[in-house]
Amino acid sequence: MTFHTRILIYLKEGVLDTQGKTVAKSLTDSGYSNLRNARVGKYIQLWIDADSREKAYEEADRMCDDLLVNELIEDYSIEVEEQ
Amino acid sequence: MHYSEAGLRENEYKALVETLGREPNECELLIMGVMWSEHCSYKSTKPLLSLFPTEGKSVVLGPGENAGIVDIGDGNGIAFKVESHNHPSAVAPFQGAATGVGGIIRDILALGARPIASLDGLFFGDPELQKTKNLSDGIVRGIGGYGNPVGVPTVGGKTFYDKSYTDNPLVNAMCLGHVKLDQIISSQTALPGQAVVLLGSKTGRDGIAGAAFASIELSEDTKSSRPNIQIGDPFVEKLLIEACLELKEKGLIVSMQDMGAAGITSSSSEIAAKSGVGMIMYFDRVPLRETGMEPWEIALSESQERMLMIVEFENVSHVMSIAEKWDLDAAVIGEVIEGNDYIIKDGETIVVDLPATLIGSDCPSPDWESSVPSDLAEKWNFSVENIPFNNDLTPDLRDLISSPNLREKKWIYEQYDQMVQLNTVTGPGNNDISVLRIKGSEKLVGVSMESDPWKCYLDPYRGGAETVARSIRALAVAGAEPLGMTNCLNYPSPEIPEQFWELSESVKGMAACCSELDCPVVSGNVSLYNETASQRILPTPLVGVVGLIRNEKEMLRCGCWKEGDHIFYVGLSDPSLSGSHYQMHKMGSPKGRPLIFNGQAESDFVARALGTARKGLARSGRAIAGGGLASALAKECISSGIGAEMKLNIPTRKDILLFGEGGPRAIYAVPSDKIVEFRHTWRGFPIVMLAKAGGKSLYIEGHLNIKVEELQKIWRQE
Amino acid sequence: MHTAVVIFPGSNCDRDVIHAVSEITGSVVVPVWHKDTAIPTSTDLVIIPGGFSYGDYLRCGAMAARSPIMASVKKHASQGKLVLGICNGFQILTESKLLPGAMLANKTLTFICKQCFLKVEKTDIPFTLKYKNDQIVQFPIAHHEGLYFLPQDSLREIEQNGQVVFRYCTSSGEISEDGNSNGSLNNIAGIVNRQGNVLGLMPHPERASERIMGGTDGALMWNSIKTWIDREGA
Repeated sequence: MTFHTRILIYLKEGVLDTQGKTVAKSLTDSGYSNLRNARVGKYIQLWIDADSREKAYEEADRMCDDLLVNELIEDYSIEVEEQ
Repeated sequence: MHYSEAGLRENEYKALVETLGREPNECELLIMGVMWSEHCSYKSTKPLLSLFPTEGKSVVLGPGENAGIVDIGDGNGIAFKVESHNHPSAVAPFQGAATGVGGIIRDILALGARPIASLDGLFFGDPELQKTKNLSDGIVRGIGGYGNPVGVPTVGGKTFYDKSYTDNPLVNAMCLGHVKLDQIISSQTALPGQAVVLLGSKTGRDGIAGAAFASIELSEDTKSSRPNIQIGDPFVEKLLIEACLELKEKGLIVSMQDMGAAGITSSSSEIAAKSGVGMIMYFDRVPLRETGMEPWEIALSESQERMLMIVEFENVSHVMSIAEKWDLDAAVIGEVIEGNDYIIKDGETIVVDLPATLIGSDCPSPDWESSVPSDLAEKWNFSVENIPFNNDLTPDLRDLISSPNLREKKWIYEQYDQMVQLNTVTGPGNNDISVLRIKGSEKLVGVSMESDPWKCYLDPYRGGAETVARSIRALAVAGAEPLGMTNCLNYPSPEIPEQFWELSESVKGMAACCSELDCPVVSGNVSLYNETASQRILPTPLVGVVGLIRNEKEMLRCGCWKEGDHIFYVGLSDPSLSGSHYQMHKMGSPKGRPLIFNGQAESDFVARALGTARKGLARSGRAIAGGGLASALAKECISSGIGAEMKLNIPTRKDILLFGEGGPRAIYAVPSDKIVEFRHTWRGFPIVMLAKAGGKSLYIEGHLNIKVEELQKIWRQE
Repeated sequence: MHTAVVIFPGSNCDRDVIHAVSEITGSVVVPVWHKDTAIPTSTDLVIIPGGFSYGDYLRCGAMAARSPIMASVKKHASQGKLVLGICNGFQILTESKLLPGAMLANKTLTFICKQCFLKVEKTDIPFTLKYKNDQIVQFPIAHHEGLYFLPQDSLREIEQNGQVVFRYCTSSGEISEDGNSNGSLNNIAGIVNRQGNVLGLMPHPERASERIMGGTDGALMWNSIKTWIDREGA
């Protein structure tokens, strides 16, 4: 089975998110006064062959650990969907 | 399919049918539509371009190759060319500018030269508009976003603001490369029995028919034009550079051509036509990024980061292993044959069979009508009395030196890696020219880039000549003897007789100056149709001149006055306010006739300026250009951190003397022990001692009084 | 002195480093390709030069840190021999955990290339022994992601250990926001590991090694290394 895996990577709380700050400022300047905060992250899609959703999740998690995420500055979340 | 849908005119279609002796099929028609577009065929300007002198003692390669090459001695050559990427940058500023940089780098690479420096001519619209801010921001990011990773420093350029560029900004990218003269690769040396190899990225649908897009006016709805835009990948370009240079070092390349406008078809048919051979292309062997691509799409795709090379069949496996080392795709996609047939096969089917020589040339010249603009008298109707004179010129200098056109461009060039490769002796900033060293040689290469659209608008002949002269003066003052020039001719549609007149006259003016100053044109590019329904750009010829400084001792820097240096002004004291920054500031539009071109005075100036630098007679020197004498003095004060106090005993109206533009003029800072020899060198040329450098202010009795510290602040926008 | 320069496909300062090191020190400089697995055994100094290693598409230096050659670089470092990472090379050293920290986008969100003033705060390591303590030097920077980041507790730790070698400052040596072009925490421009044999810095010493390039402050670094190696080797 192939699983469509979506990984969202964002800067940890406490790590200066300059891009997010800039986006928030631009939007606020454009009149979106209800905007509270903006954070900018990365979105990675992976297609993984695995026996089960759990296995696909574990595999994706390992990939995050190995390469995709720098745990010093980034957090992430994984969503898996069967295709 | 009707020929007009392919972009061909009736007479062009008729000429095509006559040569072929038959109707072209649809794929052939689409190819010819692109190949005979203005962008690829230069059909409107070919006769004009022949006015440029193209030969000189240092010219190794002139127009007709991927770029020109000049000889700088010691077996070294400098390849250089400038090219526009205007339309793509108008609709997708980041990618448009980025791929412009990538494209010109490959032109230089195609000669077997290592790209060593880039410069960019940028023309932006009304600086007050958000639109201009967005476009300029994207364009600058795009240039850095490509040039920085690819490892080619951006060492200088020209930035110019005028409202005529608001909808149609211009991006002219210039690249220089270094090549050993005995290792130049030609695009004209293919022989029957050799393999046609495609190296680099896979071919996709991006940028299909971009050349055709560049050959029409921009539509109001630029969003609909976006599918035409190519996407650049500087990482792959870096690999491509290293792979091509390794292949060259190993002697594996017979002939090479970059793939820019009109992709595979253009590059391969050009090699075939120039080499006097035919070619069979196998389109089922082209590595593709997408499925279901039609032959015409493969033929015309402008996917970036690809090179076409001719190699001996016996060397193919060696070429493949080097491609693999650099993680690049490579495939034999054709072979060179005898004759003049350019054939494209898709499997067993012949989809295109055209004479190779027909594709890249033989396009009928449109012979546009030319007529003197009816408003010329009105444009020239200007008297200095139209600008009321005020004795105190301090506020004017303040306004000029802090204007978007004249102030420091740090926000631009700090986004560029200016130093990678370790050759940048003088980079961007408060310098007239950029200077590069050539490692392993004493010689230095100077480059200047200039454009003067307001003067070209008023009088295209004089403006064109002034543009070239300005570029050469700056080099000469720095001690660089001009070796050759490249240019980019940016104009609106040539189909309007008055616009074609402007184009023709400015080319004549440029050519006259090139001939007078012995500066041959070795490469260039033309970009027409720079207009929208509501706006057309000013006539904007941009030139890049490459000069040779024999060694570091003979190089004269600027902005380095020392306390007590004697400040000299050389040149006539009757510049013109027409088309000057001062006039724009005072009146809001250019009026009158710029200074007449005086070839003798120009060459007299160049000889003396070169002598001054070579004999080390001055500490600092600056050619007078935009903003006139006052701006030149201000810029010297800003960089030196020293002022000067003077009295101008010259009868000319002081705003004309201080802010007028045009003609060969410069200021020098001369140490006292060199004064006699300096004066001697400038004998026969007007020369005045203005002041001794010193103090904290730039002070001109009765007219100007401003602290150097304030000049620095307003120029730097701190 | 034997130097090896690791070359990734997107390295673009490799030739510059090779030029500067061989011009200044006369060292034998060997290029080592990223697909190679071994560094020549005679190597004293490994340099990871600036550039965009693998295009820097995920995070700067992330993929390079996981390339085959990095295992040998780690081994070289573990033997107490010298490793120097410049710009992208510094990013690779943090990504491969040879040095603490991570790089974020510059506070301006733009690429910045300009001359910077640095204060040399540590001169008892092989890379800087020729500098005077608190000497102010000028090196250019050229990067988009150079804001040095560490969580507060780890930051305190490297400060206490005296691992900060270079700090961005003003021309007069003031450690302030003014001199800190990219917004690095504590103005950090370069750090060393606890053993003192692995140095990473964002500014480019190789671009400040010859008078004709506008300055020679960087040449002192090459001379420091040479002096140390000559002494250790003798």
